[in-house]
Amino acid sequence: MSTATKTIEDLANTEYKYGFVTDVEQDIVPVGLDEDVVRLISSKKGEPEWLLDWRLKAFRAWLKMTEPHWQNVTYAPIDYQGVSYYAAPSEKKKLNSLDEVDPEIRATFNKLGIPIEEQKLLSNVAVDAVFDSVSVATTFRSKLAELGIIFCSFSEAVKDHPELVRQYLGSVVPHTDNYFAALNSAVFSDGSFVYIPKGTRCPMELSTYFRINAKNTGQFERTLIIADEGSHVSYLEGCTAPMRDENQLHAAVVELVAHADATIKYSTVQNWYPGDKHGKGGIYNFVTKRGICKGNRSKITWTQVETGSAVTWKYPSCILQGDDSVGEFYSVAVTNNFQQADTGTKMIHLGKNTRSTIVSKGISAGKGQNTYRGAVKIGKNAANARNYSQCDSLLIGDRCGAHTFPYLEIKNTTAKVEHEASTSKIGEDQMFYCESRGITKEDAINMIVSGFCKDVFRELPMEFAVEAQKLLGISLEGSVG
Amino acid sequence: MLDVKNLKVRVDDKEILHGITLSVKAGEVHAIMGPNGSGKSTFARALAGHPGYEVTGGQVTYKGRDLLDMDADERAREGVFMAFQYPVEIPGVNNAYFLKAALNAKRKHQGLEELDAMDFMALMKEKAKILDVDEKMLQRSVNEGFSGGEKKRNEIFHMAVLEPSLAVLDETDSGLDIDALRIVSQGVNAMRSPDRAFIVVTHYQRLLNYIVPDFVHVLSDGVLVRSGGRELALELEEKGYSWLETSGAGART
Repeated sequence: MSTATKTIEDLANTEYKYGFVTDVEQDIVPVGLDEDVVRLISSKKGEPEWLLDWRLKAFRAWLKMTEPHWQNVTYAPIDYQGVSYYAAPSEKKKLNSLDEVDPEIRATFNKLGIPIEEQKLLSNVAVDAVFDSVSVATTFRSKLAELGIIFCSFSEAVKDHPELVRQYLGSVVPHTDNYFAALNSAVFSDGSFVYIPKGTRCPMELSTYFRINAKNTGQFERTLIIADEGSHVSYLEGCTAPMRDENQLHAAVVELVAHADATIKYSTVQNWYPGDKHGKGGIYNFVTKRGICKGNRSKITWTQVETGSAVTWKYPSCILQGDDSVGEFYSVAVTNNFQQADTGTKMIHLGKNTRSTIVSKGISAGKGQNTYRGAVKIGKNAANARNYSQCDSLLIGDRCGAHTFPYLEIKNTTAKVEHEASTSKIGEDQMFYCESRGITKEDAINMIVSGFCKDVFRELPMEFAVEAQKLLGISLEGSVG
Repeated sequence: MLDVKNLKVRVDDKEILHGITLSVKAGEVHAIMGPNGSGKSTFARALAGHPGYEVTGGQVTYKGRDLLDMDADERAREGVFMAFQYPVEIPGVNNAYFLKAALNAKRKHQGLEELDAMDFMALMKEKAKILDVDEKMLQRSVNEGFSGGEKKRNEIFHMAVLEPSLAVLDETDSGLDIDALRIVSQGVNAMRSPDRAFIVVTHYQRLLNYIVPDFVHVLSDGVLVRSGGRELALELEEKGYSWLETSGAGART
């Protein structure tokens, strides 16, 4: 075994730093799923009839569907009846300030190095902290309200803005879209809701931190972001999860709607518990994320840094319906130890002069398997559509894998589609060069990997880029050589 | 400063160096010459601690410490520097950022305060001027898309910033035109000092017209066959390496 491989392994043996469990009273629905559970979730949340009906429709559709297995991942069968579908901290009174948040929860966030207070004071970031399934703290709301911007938990949106929720819920990802989206539609617990009114530029980055904390509790987030004509919003999502033995199912749905001349930038740093170095435990992350550029000249940008989860199955996509609309996808996916990721994007060009860019950087270490799967579809009316795709893979060590599956479907002869792909390995030579300048192995790996991911990191908002780099370092401590 | 005793080095199960003995004092410049495949670069890389070069025998003492006991990065922080024959590209990593990390790793090791961005940039500018390095080169990715000459110049620039005690230049002259050779040599000469030593590995005598060595050693088939002063290099130039292979055979043990 080469020295570089050995080093990678030594580093890969670093334990997950964020594995700890917070002891907070939980209000958990009994294990299992049937119509009664769906009704129970809906009534616990005090939802209107139409939403319950929508959930039930989704549940009935889900019953008729089968779990997809075309992805390039393998995992033990999921026992959907062995999961509890709802958990919320039992104290549910309204909170006006962060001081009212349960100190245990506050301590958990602090352990993760997420300084809510500091963010509130210093970084001008509104934080809607989701702890398990219910929002426990929302800040900056009043300032945003002055501009007519709605930024709240999904449950609150259902109560306070039912007409908007009803209009847009399921309009991008229908309740029958796929197995996991249908499941989410039936049992979703909470999530975030954003509405940016016409011509408004959201003055701050909106951010949410998700965190799974209840044992055996599937997490079903639902996020809906609507940018009305000529508006602009940047939304950040980040998450870490505590160490668990059981596999935990996470099946979120995110829907974005951009009207004419609107821009949505959606950035994710994902660090769910990846399982231990023997491949035990870890989160199953089966997410459906899709945005529609509904109006002309609208733009949606997905940026993701995926370092966690045992199994990731995720394709943030754009439907480019409006003429001259733009879709972008920038991704860094890291797999270490026994992690598996099958991720990529779909760019569906429907309007004229639509443009899309895909930049995917996959990093595999340990026995990690990393798959890029991307589809570019050019519809028959999408004259002069352009797509540029670049998929680069970086291998660390010699027992990991990188796979690329680009699909192209072009029905208009004026389209221009480019695809570039590369696979490289962190070589002993690069490592030795860094070391011969006095840089430690670990720093050298971080440096080489960060360099590899630069094109994606620079798409992230500044404060997030720093965090992303940190997470990358942590996850590659177990994988970089 | 450096004491090499009977150093034996193996690469991929093949012994390349069969016992090298060499002593370098502070302030001295030693040239290692020899034909292709004689083991010159192996010697340089073994000193720098390349993991692919396995030391199978002998000792190396550097500043009174066992050099072979240190990893490559520790050797560097202790003041050993190697200018690469083929500098490696690191895409996406800014050259200035890379050097700052390297310099601060060394300063930290020495118990000095790390330089902040402002102080570091000032230092970079000063060194860039001496070596006639274009400042744009500092903002590019490490060696990426550099011409052969730029890469070599960048190596010497790294050396100037890191200020090593022992600098090993591995065929720094290969691929350089006369102007670049002059600039690189000037940089090296400007760094000559009583507390710094150089080991200059080269195939050609030409470089030694610019960097004048105190000692010249000739390596052939993994052993030092001749050692002498500057004049040995000139003799080699005149007679060629084939001269050694006949006359030097007896030096082998």
